[in-house]
Amino acid sequence: MNQTIVSYLAQYEFFDHIAALFKGNESLLAFLVFLLVALIIVGLCATIGGLGTYAERKISADIQQRLGPNRVGPYGILQFLADGVKMMTKEDIMPFTADKMLFYLAPMLALVGVFATLAVLPFSSGFMMTNLNVGVFYLIAISSLVGLAVFLGGYASNSKWSMLGGMRGASQIISYEIPVTISILAITVLAGGMSFGTIVGMQKGLPINWFIFHNPFAFLAFFVFFTGALAETNRAPFDLPEAESELVSGYHTEYTGMRFGFFALAEYIEVFVVCGVAAALFLGGSNLPFTLEMDNIPLQLVEFSIFMSKTLLLYYVVIWIRWTFPRLRVDQLMSICWKYLTPIAIFNLMGCAIWLVVFNGKSMAELMFGGH
Amino acid sequence: MTPANFDGLMPIVILMGIAVALFWGGHFVSVILAPKKPSHLKSTPYECGEQPVGSAWSMFNVRFYVVGLIFIIFDVESVLMFPVAAIFRELNDMGHGGYALIIFLSFISVLIEGIAYCWSKGDLDWVKSYQVSLKNNK
Repeated sequence: MNQTIVSYLAQYEFFDHIAALFKGNESLLAFLVFLLVALIIVGLCATIGGLGTYAERKISADIQQRLGPNRVGPYGILQFLADGVKMMTKEDIMPFTADKMLFYLAPMLALVGVFATLAVLPFSSGFMMTNLNVGVFYLIAISSLVGLAVFLGGYASNSKWSMLGGMRGASQIISYEIPVTISILAITVLAGGMSFGTIVGMQKGLPINWFIFHNPFAFLAFFVFFTGALAETNRAPFDLPEAESELVSGYHTEYTGMRFGFFALAEYIEVFVVCGVAAALFLGGSNLPFTLEMDNIPLQLVEFSIFMSKTLLLYYVVIWIRWTFPRLRVDQLMSICWKYLTPIAIFNLMGCAIWLVVFNGKSMAELMFGGH
Repeated sequence: MTPANFDGLMPIVILMGIAVALFWGGHFVSVILAPKKPSHLKSTPYECGEQPVGSAWSMFNVRFYVVGLIFIIFDVESVLMFPVAAIFRELNDMGHGGYALIIFLSFISVLIEGIAYCWSKGDLDWVKSYQVSLKNNK
């Protein structure tokens, strides 16, 4: 049985009173709890996605010595709400040549794929919706729905810009899935399990116990993973599917109003999810460096804020990278993936497996300083 | 198997449901709020002001097909490696580390062989040089 937020809450006394109301109908209770938690997580992530657009504009303005949005709300922080309202009141235009059903389906598919990944994101040791025993595997599988949405969006528009963007996007996303998957495999080898609970639980303690510092191969694997993840989320310098200087806007050229908004929302939440996964797999996730004598609920909040600060720091790095590096060419993109990242990722995987056998599962820190 | 065993998968369905509901909710709101003044010119595909000629659904470059094929080979192989990777540490703790490592590495070597083959065939080059393809496909 997979550990879920319901089985986590069951250890509290107040939950027994609620459970007593649903005697004999545990599935309904589980459904209601999941629905509540899902709404909280979706609200949180949608806000982060919205604030992500604001942060992106503000940070880019800072890098380019401009002011950025500063009219709506204090320091322009409500800009994303204004953008949302504007998108809702924009006319919904569909090209008459488009494939109508797929045109509708594409942004929905992007949103479904991204939201489904939130189910396994380990916000803290207790606050994760479900600790699937195939967690990382599920994440890889479900996040490729976004690639499908990108291609469908490009194809269904029946516009040349969109078609080019969609094809580029599809080939880019599937190509970079290989190094990302193999880097995650290396972590699976080290952790001895695919669930996020196991992987985060293995990295308890000081930062030296994080998987990024477990061995030199895992250190390399982090950078392979992060580069591949940037490409998978269509972020610059890998934003060829939506390269505005060559393809107008790529796969969402024909999308207006709310449907464009959903593509943008899905993209920003996906960046957040990818940063969260990088933080959980390599940077110790929600673990505290020391043990706190605290009640469980405040402890969970502290763990949650640790996870969030790591994730948002990576989010900042993603934005920073976008405004620092120029865009690649398509052939460079493909040769980076297949000729550099994939061989390096395979090398890392072999290195991690050999390290595990030779040093009997000990990390670098344990070898240097002794330890358990 | 009792239905309760699927409780761990319930959040996934719920989150997908929320995504669908959010999409149609947003769509509904925009139907109410947004102006509707359709015209033929507005709904032509955007081509920077030019009249679009023909459909975009045309033949595409065969390179995309090759990338798709290579992806499927590698993706299936890495999926097949996941079960071994998940119990690798356990096998090592049981004392079968060396044996598992040999099996694992021989499986990875198939992957390396695949990438080396594609590389030598020139399939990893986006712009495949004519000489390479001539040499390999005599």
